[in-house]
Amino acid sequence: MKIPISWLRDYIDLDGLSVEDIARKLTLAGLEVDEIKYAGLPMPEYKDGEKHEFKTSGIAWDKEKLVVAEIREVKEHPNADRLTLLDLFDGKENQTVLTGAPNIFHLKGTGKLAKPIKAAYAKEGTTLYDGHAEVLQLMTLKRTKIRGVESYSMVCSEMELGISEEHEGIILLDDDAPVGMPLADYMGDAVLDISVAPNMARNANVLGVARELAALTGRELRKRVDTETGRQVDTETSRQVNKETSKHEVRSTQSVTDLVEIEITNPELNPRFVAGLIRDIEIKPSPYHIQRRLRLAGMRPISNIVDATNYAMLDIGQPLHAFDYDVLKSRAGQKNVRLITRAAKDGEKLTTLDGKERELTSANVLVCDESGSLAMAGVMGGEESEVTDKTRTILLEGAAWNPMNIRKTAQQHNLPSEASFRFSRGVHPAMAEQGVQRGLQLMAEWSGGQIAPGLVDVYPLKPKDPVVTVTTKDVKRLLGIDLTAKQIAELLTRLEFKCTVDKDSVKAETPPHRLDIGEGAVGLADVLEEVARSYGFDRIPETRMADSLPPQLGNPQHEWEERARDILVTLGLQEIVSYRLTSPERESRLIAYDDYVALANPIAPERRVMRRSLLASLLESVEKNARAESIAMFEIGPVFEPVKNDVPKEPRKLAMAMTGLRTQTAWDVKDSATFDFYDMKGRLELLLSGLRLGGVSYTPADASTSYLHPGKSADVKVNGQTVGVFGELHPLVKEKYDFEESPVVVAEFDLDALRNVKPTYGVAPVSEFPPVFEDIAIIVDESVAAERVEGLIRQTGGKTVTRIRLFDVYRDEKIGVGKKSLAYSLTYQSEKTMTDAEAAAIRTKIVKRLEHEVGAKLRS
Amino acid sequence: MLEQLNEIEKSALESLQSVTDESALEVWRVSHLGRSSPLMTVFAGLGKLSKEERPVVGSGANRVKVALESALEERVKVVKEAALAKSLEEESLDVTLPGRGIHVGRLHPSTQQLRKVMSILADMGFQVYTSREVETDEINFQLLNFPPNHPARDMQDTFFVEADGRGDNPILLRTHTSPGQIHAMREYAKLNPDNPPPIRIALPGMCFRNEQITARSEIQFNQVEGLVVGENITFADLKGTLADFARRMFGQGARVRFRASYFPFTEPSAEVDVECFVCGGKGCSVCKNSGWLEILGCGMVHPVVLQNGGYDPARYSGFAWGMGPERQLMLRYKIDDIRYFWGNDLRFLEQF
Repeated sequence: MKIPISWLRDYIDLDGLSVEDIARKLTLAGLEVDEIKYAGLPMPEYKDGEKHEFKTSGIAWDKEKLVVAEIREVKEHPNADRLTLLDLFDGKENQTVLTGAPNIFHLKGTGKLAKPIKAAYAKEGTTLYDGHAEVLQLMTLKRTKIRGVESYSMVCSEMELGISEEHEGIILLDDDAPVGMPLADYMGDAVLDISVAPNMARNANVLGVARELAALTGRELRKRVDTETGRQVDTETSRQVNKETSKHEVRSTQSVTDLVEIEITNPELNPRFVAGLIRDIEIKPSPYHIQRRLRLAGMRPISNIVDATNYAMLDIGQPLHAFDYDVLKSRAGQKNVRLITRAAKDGEKLTTLDGKERELTSANVLVCDESGSLAMAGVMGGEESEVTDKTRTILLEGAAWNPMNIRKTAQQHNLPSEASFRFSRGVHPAMAEQGVQRGLQLMAEWSGGQIAPGLVDVYPLKPKDPVVTVTTKDVKRLLGIDLTAKQIAELLTRLEFKCTVDKDSVKAETPPHRLDIGEGAVGLADVLEEVARSYGFDRIPETRMADSLPPQLGNPQHEWEERARDILVTLGLQEIVSYRLTSPERESRLIAYDDYVALANPIAPERRVMRRSLLASLLESVEKNARAESIAMFEIGPVFEPVKNDVPKEPRKLAMAMTGLRTQTAWDVKDSATFDFYDMKGRLELLLSGLRLGGVSYTPADASTSYLHPGKSADVKVNGQTVGVFGELHPLVKEKYDFEESPVVVAEFDLDALRNVKPTYGVAPVSEFPPVFEDIAIIVDESVAAERVEGLIRQTGGKTVTRIRLFDVYRDEKIGVGKKSLAYSLTYQSEKTMTDAEAAAIRTKIVKRLEHEVGAKLRS
Repeated sequence: MLEQLNEIEKSALESLQSVTDESALEVWRVSHLGRSSPLMTVFAGLGKLSKEERPVVGSGANRVKVALESALEERVKVVKEAALAKSLEEESLDVTLPGRGIHVGRLHPSTQQLRKVMSILADMGFQVYTSREVETDEINFQLLNFPPNHPARDMQDTFFVEADGRGDNPILLRTHTSPGQIHAMREYAKLNPDNPPPIRIALPGMCFRNEQITARSEIQFNQVEGLVVGENITFADLKGTLADFARRMFGQGARVRFRASYFPFTEPSAEVDVECFVCGGKGCSVCKNSGWLEILGCGMVHPVVLQNGGYDPARYSGFAWGMGPERQLMLRYKIDDIRYFWGNDLRFLEQF
């Protein structure tokens, strides 16, 4: 929402406050100023090292060089058809100014103007925006010759002054603009771009912002319209308007209540409908200062009537809709107009004023007359009854609509508008009457029309304006500050709550312009927020909690996973985090699932389901990095197993993948060995021992793991239960990815199963006696698993053999076809110094056992 | 005889001067101090000398021996030092050649940042609470005081899951970690329903928003939320706790400010800005010249939410806040594209 400072000044005296002061106060109170755009007012100058506060843009206007001037004659340019020479008076001197402005071109050669034109005049040396550039770009006016005529100054467009993007014509100021006055004094401005939170909808207008500012500064709020009676308040500006309004009213006799009837079929959807009438209007542009304000506020001026509805909405927050009354009357066969509000019928059609025919549903509300629909209530008017150049009489609607219904309708038809924005956040029905009053007033002022006496006002559902009791104890308990009841009442009164103080409690009645205050405990929180805002968040002290500490439940799952992450990182694996959203096609390269947690509203087909395989996402990342020399990655996270019409299961998984060079190359290291099955296995062994899991065994992978190489894959079991699987990707699976040549080894663990294994915490004693080392090599059949040999050695050697390390596996014809040699390095250790003879005795036992059990032969 | 000794000494010392390497030193030692050297020959001939001469020549020969030995020792030192100096000089490396790397694993930057946040919170007595990522509308929105069709839902574009017959309670991907507030409060309240215990937890986790994936917006992001519930918790405590946290996170000198804001599940609500840690508040591209960075949203837990969690709002109060680790990283490291986080490009990840 864009709020021009000049407009705020209609409601509050801002003398002595800089634009940044105002922006800061509003921002801290919850009306966050995102940007300040200067259009004439002086901009803050930051000295080097000084703190900034706001994003700013725009330009300030030089008081000496930019003034109001009057164009007295538009003359021909001697050498150019499209240019004109202006005879202009800047308050001090006469000037000749060159321009190509199309909006005064028709006056060329018509001689001295009967009514001079007021314009924004820029003298030599002024810095302005370049009106001919594609993007905003500053330039300085320099003396030059254009087609033989000297040019040193100019009359400006809005773009050149930083008001809007309008650059087609020059600004035609209102006739009462004082010639010679610095333009900055006449209409210098700055615009606050404010984000309005959903609970601040009451402030989505100039009056609302001014009210907040009045509360924050303790200054008086000057209101045009009394919020309770809807009557004009006698202030300097409104007095003039009043005089004119009453003048217009005198001539118009027939009351609107005699001409128009309104029927509300569902008060829940339409709590109030107010209508007023104005006759004999002349459609023309609004005064320039109104157009300028609308543009600064981000709206396009259309005509005095449309502008009046928009202006009133921006001014006090009530969206209005103007019907061409004569169209309504002719639809009613020249009889009285009868407006009906009702829910649309499914399939009912209405052509809205953007020219689109829209098919409606029963969730939409319509304003109709007896021959059919006229407008989509609160969202957009219909084409047939819209205001045109020929309109002479206006029926002005100011109504209250159901916020949720408007929100749904605007979403359904993709019609976000200033009106639906406000209605969907809630506009108090009390504002309907004030809005119509204000709209009619502006129309009378700008169009010369006459306001018919009276208003049609149907108000079947008055909202309750809650009364909330706040005590000094509540303030202490929830805000942590000591305030007296009188202080609390004062803070709330500034925001127009009606307060009565009784000892330590304050009864606060919600003012009739806001719908965000609830009742009971909610109302208390709502009102306390207002106390805190009005008091100032910055004045509330910072304290440390004095409350007792909670039960120390910890989070064993999280702590365990963090430990696993740490181990994996020390093993040289990079952690990654993938998208949870994927597609069945993407996962099916690795593994196919029938059912998924599927999105009803995905952003793209390739992100339409929640992943079922963590490894599938991980492999996509490996693929993405495939050109890297070496890749070792892991991810820990959930996968999503669908449960019919319920929330899914979210088991936790660990996926790992490695491919590429085992050793990092360097300028003198050229090891080309690549990661394989045993690199992965080594890491898994370290991971599991790091997690203190004993009883681990590795068996050839179950055939159901079809994405792994059948001979180079294994199941990992802890105490006989499968907790994970790992191995080399199946060549056919690998083919589906854009991988390099070296094998890709992967692992996937069920973390929930792994976490539930009871850890073992034993530590082997470390002997102080010298160990005996010995190597033995045996020859066995290929089919004998290394694990079996090691098991036999361990069993036979008993406690004395403290370490068994397989250091070589060797195959050769000399050993025999189908045979392999396994070479072990054994460490013997006991609680005394061991002799070689003792070691040899054990070794003999081991060899005999191996010969007996697995047919091993000692290799000499 | 003594003259001869002097001659031996003189010529030996002279020849020593020209010896420059260790093998030549050995040759010198053999020829001047070895068994068949002139000096040793003198010692061997001592027996043949007269009683008078013997002690004189003997002590003279000894003197020469000591002199030669110490000269040798001295020379050995010099030669060794020279040899060492020479070899050190020859062995010097090109120190500008790159060092040999090893494969190093790293945590994802989001994990690192989450840990940083949580370790500060742990110091402040907050325990980690985690909950599911796919939720019901009821827990993600309704119980947190977002009724159906509430305009605040516009702030959180939501992914809905296909499911039948769920009416006003569809299944969705959580849009924030706040549903964990409901889960946690109910879990704690169950410990003692008549006197629910106080709560002080941190809720980290992945959240989802239905947005286009661009440099500025993502469909998933982490959030860490804090929740405090107790019988004596005030807005002043919220300010103190979050200011303490912000100063630990962003530097003890950092200015912090609280702006009024709106969230359906807290009231009063605030947003917390910290002085831009890139420019120190002078204005830069990171803070868009405002001098401030918005780092978290917070507020007193809304009475409806307390009630829904099993805590009586007339007796209990609390505060909650939420922040985004990826946003913090983007500000801190001047990362201009949020897509890097789930892009998993090693060239990005290896920089953390």
